[in-house]
Amino acid sequence: MGLAFFYIAGAVTLFGAIGVVVTRNVVYAALFLLVSLAGVAGTFVLLYAEFLALVQVLIYGGAIIIVILFGLMLTRTSEYEASGENRRWPFAALVSIGLFALLAYAFLADSALYNSSTREAISVEELGRELFEQWAVPFEIASLILIVALIGAVVIGRAAPEDDEPETGPGSTQR
Amino acid sequence: MRARAGEAVVFGMIVAGLLGILGGLVLSVGALGTPERVTLEVLAQLATVLIVLFTLLAIVVLTLVWLERKQLARMQSRVGPTRVGPFGLLQPVADALKLIMKEDVAPGTSSKLLFFVAPLLVFVPGFVVWLTIPFARDVVVRSLDMGLFFFIAISVLSIVGLVLAGWSSGSKYAVLGGIRAAAQLISYEIPIIMTVLTVAMLADSMSFVVVVEAQRTVPYIVLQPLGFVVFFLAGLAEVGRTPFDVYSAESEIVGGPFVEYSGAHWAIFFLAEYVNTFVIGAVAALLFLGGWSWPFGDLPAAAGVALFLGKTYLVVMAIFWVRATYPRLRIDQLMSLGWKVLIPLSFAVVVATAVQLFYDWPRWTLPAMSLAVLAVPVVMQLRGGRRRALAEARRYAERAVVVEAKPRPQRPQEPLEPQEAGA
Repeated sequence: MGLAFFYIAGAVTLFGAIGVVVTRNVVYAALFLLVSLAGVAGTFVLLYAEFLALVQVLIYGGAIIIVILFGLMLTRTSEYEASGENRRWPFAALVSIGLFALLAYAFLADSALYNSSTREAISVEELGRELFEQWAVPFEIASLILIVALIGAVVIGRAAPEDDEPETGPGSTQR
Repeated sequence: MRARAGEAVVFGMIVAGLLGILGGLVLSVGALGTPERVTLEVLAQLATVLIVLFTLLAIVVLTLVWLERKQLARMQSRVGPTRVGPFGLLQPVADALKLIMKEDVAPGTSSKLLFFVAPLLVFVPGFVVWLTIPFARDVVVRSLDMGLFFFIAISVLSIVGLVLAGWSSGSKYAVLGGIRAAAQLISYEIPIIMTVLTVAMLADSMSFVVVVEAQRTVPYIVLQPLGFVVFFLAGLAEVGRTPFDVYSAESEIVGGPFVEYSGAHWAIFFLAEYVNTFVIGAVAALLFLGGWSWPFGDLPAAAGVALFLGKTYLVVMAIFWVRATYPRLRIDQLMSLGWKVLIPLSFAVVVATAVQLFYDWPRWTLPAMSLAVLAVPVVMQLRGGRRRALAEARRYAERAVVVEAKPRPQRPQEPLEPQEAGA
């Protein structure tokens, strides 16, 4: 039964991902992205990583999709009717294939990744302990980067008060 | 023709996807923590529970609507609904029937399917949260170890619905409302997360049950009054109740994302607003008022549920009370209240709690620190308020003098005189 749900979650993820690429309306694309990310959250649930699943919903569903939609709503969607015509698509394809190959290689090279039989939920407590004891430095670096990005966004927003959309979501970078 | 077919396929995919989200949400609640236990029977049970829960919530919403109208009326020296049923109790039922029978219109410029799906996206998160909220120690659909985090993560999703409702209406006011909703709800999410985090720190757990059990002797509103204040205000903003209903402000943007909705779909938004209000009331009761527990020993489950519901209704009535008392904020006031007052206060709450817990200071220091921090904005407001009022009075006085000093224009008299002379 768990396997069936895994396939469902995977199907939802793929369905959303294909939708993002296929649709020509950017708002629909954002929604398909939400569907895809929800599918990933479902996969996390099935892998006993419920904390990650909830983080996925909170960060991607709650924050990133909203920022993207926010950016899209402040621009006119009619400008993007033909957003499918991107001259740099071979480059994007190359990067995607390369990334996929890298991940597939990493996955297949280490058989412990898919043969692991220990399936246990990790409690939030353990997660926090790991994060703040063993991985404290990377964690702090990550938060530093986020703060730098935040300050950068504020500075950019201040420098150009004429621009109505200093926040750079994927939508607004297309302009 | 081909373009039309393509659009239809895309629409179909969107609907399938959104239904997938809704189904996935419900499913993952069932699966959280124990994915291998999910069988068709469990899902069937979950579906039954969902139907029961929906019925209960619909009844709760009806009582809330009645309560709000009656309470507002009393506070404004009116009597409220009296005609339908005893004390007007059946008025909300009549209203609901009226709404369902009204025609459901979609504007020609709207994206039809998104337009009709958006209300569901607003409603479902508030509904799903109820699956994890315990009414008493053992009266709960699914008690999660991460209940607090689940509440935060799921309730964020309703923003997407509001933004979509605004965008898909194809109307300027609706789009403005959608943008306002996104800005407001994202901003006020932060203080909510921070205060919930404080409670998790105090109780040393993210499970609602453990949090309530930890408040057996001292409810957290006593330990952390500032946390409750911040949670209450941010919660008001999060459900868009009146002092913070900037995104649906009738006098500015004629209802925001809801402008174009009518009939049953508007009713879903209405339902969602009350369900979400009740969620905030329930979570406040659980996190700060001690849920089903009271300081005088154990209660049987039924009495516990009654106590919990009583506390929830109390918070909700306070929300209605605020609505009857304060006028709506402007959008800039709303954002500055969120970012300059509530977020710093919520960080102060977290820091104070962390310091008290880490250094193991005596327990009374926590409310002391909390109240001291709370005093800062209050004093600033009082002093600043007096200064502002004085400045305003002085400005009015100056203007009055200036007006007095100017000679009055004597336009109407001069052309009249020759006429009179002629007559």
